[in-house]
Amino acid sequence: MSGALAQFGQYVTDHHHWDGPRGIPHRTVEHLRLSVTAMVAAAAVALPLGAWLGHVRRGGVVVQWLVNIGRAVPSLAILAILFPLSLRYGFGLGFWPTVPALVVLAIPPMFANAYAGVRGVDPATVEAARGMGLRPAQVLSRVEVPTALPLILTGVRVATLQVIATATLSAYVGFNGLGSFINEGFRQQDDAKLLTGAVAVATVALTVDALFVLLVRRATPWRMASARPSRKGTT
Amino acid sequence: MVPALRLVAVSKRFPGARTDAVADLSLDMPEGTVTALVGPSGCGKTTTLRMINRLVEPTSGSIDLFGTDIRQLDVHELRRRTGYVIQQAGLFPHRTVAANIATVPQLLGWDKQRVRERVDQLVGLVGLDPELLGRYPAELSGGQQQRVGVARALAADPPLLLMDEPYSAVDPIVRAHLQDELLDLQRRVRKTIVLVTHDIDEALKLADQIAVLNIGGVLEQFATPDELLRAPASPFVEQFLGRERALRRLALQPVGTGPIGPVPEVVEGLPTVTTGAPLREALDAIVAWGVEQVVVVGDDGSPVGGLDLLTITERIGNAPSRRDTA
Ligand SMILES: Nc1ncnc2c1ncn2[C@@H]1O[C@H](COP(=O)(O)OP(=O)(O)OP(=O)(O)O)[C@@H](O)[C@H]1O
Ligand SMILES: [Mg+2]
Repeated sequence: MSGALAQFGQYVTDHHHWDGPRGIPHRTVEHLRLSVTAMVAAAAVALPLGAWLGHVRRGGVVVQWLVNIGRAVPSLAILAILFPLSLRYGFGLGFWPTVPALVVLAIPPMFANAYAGVRGVDPATVEAARGMGLRPAQVLSRVEVPTALPLILTGVRVATLQVIATATLSAYVGFNGLGSFINEGFRQQDDAKLLTGAVAVATVALTVDALFVLLVRRATPWRMASARPSRKGTT
Repeated sequence: MVPALRLVAVSKRFPGARTDAVADLSLDMPEGTVTALVGPSGCGKTTTLRMINRLVEPTSGSIDLFGTDIRQLDVHELRRRTGYVIQQAGLFPHRTVAANIATVPQLLGWDKQRVRERVDQLVGLVGLDPELLGRYPAELSGGQQQRVGVARALAADPPLLLMDEPYSAVDPIVRAHLQDELLDLQRRVRKTIVLVTHDIDEALKLADQIAVLNIGGVLEQFATPDELLRAPASPFVEQFLGRERALRRLALQPVGTGPIGPVPEVVEGLPTVTTGAPLREALDAIVAWGVEQVVVVGDDGSPVGGLDLLTITERIGNAPSRRDTA
């Protein structure tokens, strides 16, 4: 093991591995580009739909059903199906066959949390908003979504981590992301390379996760409020 | 004069329900008065209130606001011109107190300066510490949240205020406090207020007229607090009002609002009550001191009359039913 670690140390300190299209920075950027594309597409579908279903307070069973199906579908299977199709219809290798697989992966947690978050908003809050003359779209955008934001962002966060980890599969269909270190390392029986890929993916995931924590804190300052009961008055 | 709010034969049956939630309800509420809707749980109080701001549409009948059928108004306009206060306050957790209060003025497109001035004004009106303006609802006590709820409802100065059990979630001491504040506020801003409560004492204290509803949304009696206590229209109302109705009527009537006797010849050693005190205080003094009468004094403390037991009794008239006051 210590041998592998030493090799790993050598690998990552070799400046050749930091340059060019096969270097760590380039592959990291590519990995992020793929992940972000999939996340944006998935969020564009999952968040409005989940929030809207939560707003009309309908479809609980259907939501659960869709989410379960989405979770049960293996990303690798989608990839295997899409790869030849992508080639045949001219979308090429790598990037495009992977995006739908990641989108299917990312939708369930975001959809489920957007739905649960909006549906779970205190009915008294919604009643007050309606009673004050907010239109349905205003109730959703100004009251329900902001109030549900902690849960919604948690869904995005979970989906992002899954996408970053699973985007490594793209290497099997020829995408030049961080998964390529793992794929090549495995085939070339190069443990240092394999470890480099794994550590790089973990580092990206942890960094993005930390950024999320900061984002959530900044976006929902009022959440801190409930953690400060000492400021409560008495009357 | 056209009443501020008029309900004409309003009924509501929810889809799938076998009975009416509200049945054939007609009420006139004059401008600037407080009307209480009281009755047991499930008698349709909330439903009645929500029909007034059209969160619920009546099955039949009509509701007029200052002479206009509310169905002719834009529903969002109607709601923005109608304050709505609910039991759990329903504050927006993600907005500060100031932003919560500013909700309707912002919807109406007021400029920032005007909104800010209005918020400051309202904070004073409802007795809220201005320091709380920057806080979030989770940082407030129940009583403070209720005050913010009232301020938010009053923000755009609506002529009509609907309140659904506004004080039932706070403890009795805070509740009494908030009730006094509402009376004080009402003296200053004169809104037409519809107050839902199942606390009959709250209704007696705050309302100019009280509608007692029975299960199925049937109106049992619509009368002033004094009238209600003096002459309950049915056994249901009588039971709902509870015991000691005569004493509670005395509590409602200030000494100075009816006939009093002449100043006693000897005032030395007699207890005094002010003209603003309720008759019940005069009775209490008579009983406590074991005297024949009390001296009524004006605001400056000078004697203006006297009150004995007979006068007090005459003031509240002869109750038609003496069964539970005997
Ligand atoms: N949205 C609704 N759909 C169906 N039935 C309803 C609805 N709202 C109220 N009801 C029914 O109408 C009746 C009256 O309810 P309402 O809430 O007006 O009573 P309430 O007098 O306010 O009672 P409480 O004192 O418990 O608040 C009840 O039987 C209730 O179940
Ligand atoms: Mg109710």
